[in-house]
Amino acid sequence: MKYRWLIVAVLFAASVAAFGKEAEPLADDPALEARTTEVASEYRCPVCQNMTIADSQAGVSVDLKNEIRKQLQQGASEDQIKQYMLQRYGDFVLYNPPVKMTTWLLWFGPFLLMLSGLVVLFYTLAKRNRIMRSPPIESPSALNPETFSSDPNPRL
Amino acid sequence: MVPELGHFALILALLLALVQGSLPLIGAARGIAGLTAIARPVAQGQFVFVVIAFGCLAYSFLNNDFSVAYVAENSNSALPWYYRFTAVWGGHEGSLLLWVTILNIWMVAVTVFSRRLPEAILARVLGVMGLISVGFLLFMLLTSDPFDRLSPVPPNGRDLNPLLQDPGMTSHPPMLYMGYVGFSVAFAFSIAALLSGRLDAAWARWTRPWTTVAWMFLTIGIMLGSGWAYYVLGWGGWWFWDSVENASFMPWLVGTALMHSLVVTEKRGAFKSWTVLLAIFAFSLSLLGTFLVRSGVLTSVHAFATDPKRGLFILVFLAIVIGTSLTLFAWRAPKVGLGGSFKLISREAFLLSNNVLLTVAAATVLLGTLYPLLLDALNLGKISVGPPYFNSVFVPLMAPALFLMGIGPLARWKEAKLPDLKVRLRWAFGVSVVVALVLPFVAGEWTPLIALGFLLAAWIVSTTVVNLRYRLRQFDGSLWSRLKRQPRSYYGMLLAHFGVAVFVVGVTMVKSFESEKDVKMNVGDVATIGGYVFRFDGVSEVQGPNYQALRGTITVSKNGAPVAVMHPEKRAYTARDDSPTTEAAIRGSITRDLYVAMGEPIDSTNLMGAWAIRIHIKPFVRWIWAGCIIMAIGGLLAVFDRRYRLPLRVSENEAAADTASIMATRPIAAPTAAQPGALKSPHP
Repeated sequence: MKYRWLIVAVLFAASVAAFGKEAEPLADDPALEARTTEVASEYRCPVCQNMTIADSQAGVSVDLKNEIRKQLQQGASEDQIKQYMLQRYGDFVLYNPPVKMTTWLLWFGPFLLMLSGLVVLFYTLAKRNRIMRSPPIESPSALNPETFSSDPNPRL
Repeated sequence: MVPELGHFALILALLLALVQGSLPLIGAARGIAGLTAIARPVAQGQFVFVVIAFGCLAYSFLNNDFSVAYVAENSNSALPWYYRFTAVWGGHEGSLLLWVTILNIWMVAVTVFSRRLPEAILARVLGVMGLISVGFLLFMLLTSDPFDRLSPVPPNGRDLNPLLQDPGMTSHPPMLYMGYVGFSVAFAFSIAALLSGRLDAAWARWTRPWTTVAWMFLTIGIMLGSGWAYYVLGWGGWWFWDSVENASFMPWLVGTALMHSLVVTEKRGAFKSWTVLLAIFAFSLSLLGTFLVRSGVLTSVHAFATDPKRGLFILVFLAIVIGTSLTLFAWRAPKVGLGGSFKLISREAFLLSNNVLLTVAAATVLLGTLYPLLLDALNLGKISVGPPYFNSVFVPLMAPALFLMGIGPLARWKEAKLPDLKVRLRWAFGVSVVVALVLPFVAGEWTPLIALGFLLAAWIVSTTVVNLRYRLRQFDGSLWSRLKRQPRSYYGMLLAHFGVAVFVVGVTMVKSFESEKDVKMNVGDVATIGGYVFRFDGVSEVQGPNYQALRGTITVSKNGAPVAVMHPEKRAYTARDDSPTTEAAIRGSITRDLYVAMGEPIDSTNLMGAWAIRIHIKPFVRWIWAGCIIMAIGGLLAVFDRRYRLPLRVSENEAAADTASIMATRPIAAPTAAQPGALKSPHP
């Protein structure tokens, strides 16, 4: 059994060698291509519904991909490419929106929400526990601590 | 004739909805039995007319009646009959009709499955659902009538958007809407409870199965959408944080929080007002999601402004629904009692923290989805919020939620002792850390994110095992009899949590280890990727019913053994002059998907020659959807729990037993078979 598989494998390998050659990568330099795809997937195709430049096949996206490839080849940094894209299309092409005044809420909002959510949760539970722990019949002062505030000059 | 019948049926349905949305509510408020009693028959009558309307539209589609504008816009005589049927919800007007039809299905389900519900509550629930129906029917009749006629009648239709001619279109929207609209039941129950002031454990028990079923449909709906995008868009993505996807994800997150909050309200009588608020939010987000997708506001704020009639209606309707329910909430919720007490470290508190995290996650998605619209509307610039943003804010929010998911079910109700928890979790924690340290190396590479993914997945699985072990310890008898004695809802919970772990493994693996290659392939060329050899055997022409396709043949082998023959396609639809669509060929297994898509011909004059081909290997990608299916099965199991079907008398006994077990310092050692839900605390 084992041998039969081996024979099939050898024959198949031979047939591949005889009839096919390893396909050329679409790009001449696969490492550069990988970098290009990585960089291009940070940007939004300016004409598509909602797609990265890397995924889109639209004309503009192909041109922009070529431009990114060219710039990378010339040794441009990712920041320089970003400046290039920003100059042409503005913030709209960045899938990772820049942190600036108009986006503070966007970037810090979630963490503020989480923080305030947990704080509110903690206080609510603590308060709840206080109410629950106190005996059912109470003096009015215990129910309404505000009435006996520490203010030495009670308002009248 | 048939379209007019459909139109009249919609008008009659609207009239019945008006009756349903008013008289039973008045009857319930004033205690007039005659008025509350009409809720059930009127709801069923409305259902009949809505189904007639739906049937009329489907009939027009199946018979190629292009005098109906909506049919002409979304169908074509060459379209196969099953896609002509699917095209009923292929556009704006039909989607709304599907929405109303599904709302009516839920309404009839409520009338059928709530025989034990007090008449006044049922009247209020159906009344609220009737009002929702009024809103949608009015929207359809005033702004988006699917039965509008066209003159002159075009000889043929413009055909359904090619991307939508897919089995995914047949199943995804109905499932998704079943989920969206299903939350209207929980919403209606909440409003009914606020109106009646009866917000207790019994209320939670009625609401729970409805919520779980809706959540289950939504889970499946989202999963189908993700799987569909994966194979139809041709670039192998399964989630893009697209606004349309986010619109379905927000109600899911809040719905998940709601399910968990309902547990506490039912078993411990606590978090009542929070639960009601979540039910309101879940449905409001469903409405928002429907409208975000349907109003065109997402493509551009200006598309919204070009059709102000629809947009205005939507805004006003949303404002009315959310505004009145929140006002009602603010007015009635303070009168709701606090329920059972519990300590800061207890299962209640863990569930509540998880609720906070899920809600914040939903709020984050909402923020990211609406922010670009907001900035644009305020003329503060155009920005895009995409995957990099969501990934960077979502992971820190969800990681603690998944961590708590392991602890929560192991903590005692009321008060959990930290040392006690530590003992229980020691083992699970050790296993998870070892898995996180070792498994990424086995998979190929160790990075902090991969390790985090494996840590969380292992944590969920190991805590699930620990949970089962401690639970079974409290029972006597053989292993099998002890296993059999656990209620289905318990297994549902374990299974759903396990599904999350499967999902996390899938996401981690595919994000970290997917590989792709773009190659120029001449006939006979091979491309090697991840040990697989792909040989391009050329292109042939294929004639479809309403398209022409170029079909590639790619033979895949590994170590010389044949694995698959794959046929990616490029299709050009005859009735549309859109650019050709890409039909990816996918061959999947448990551990990996092979994904091949045709790009462009290298020489555009020689279509039979060389092509640009994109090949992906997606390890474990199916685990993402398998995880969702397992979660949904967990939900299904929970719904079929015996206690939802026991007669009321037994339920009351059980409720007494609940209280007893809550009061008891030591849980009952061996509950009798007649009280499957009696043992609430899983620990001795």
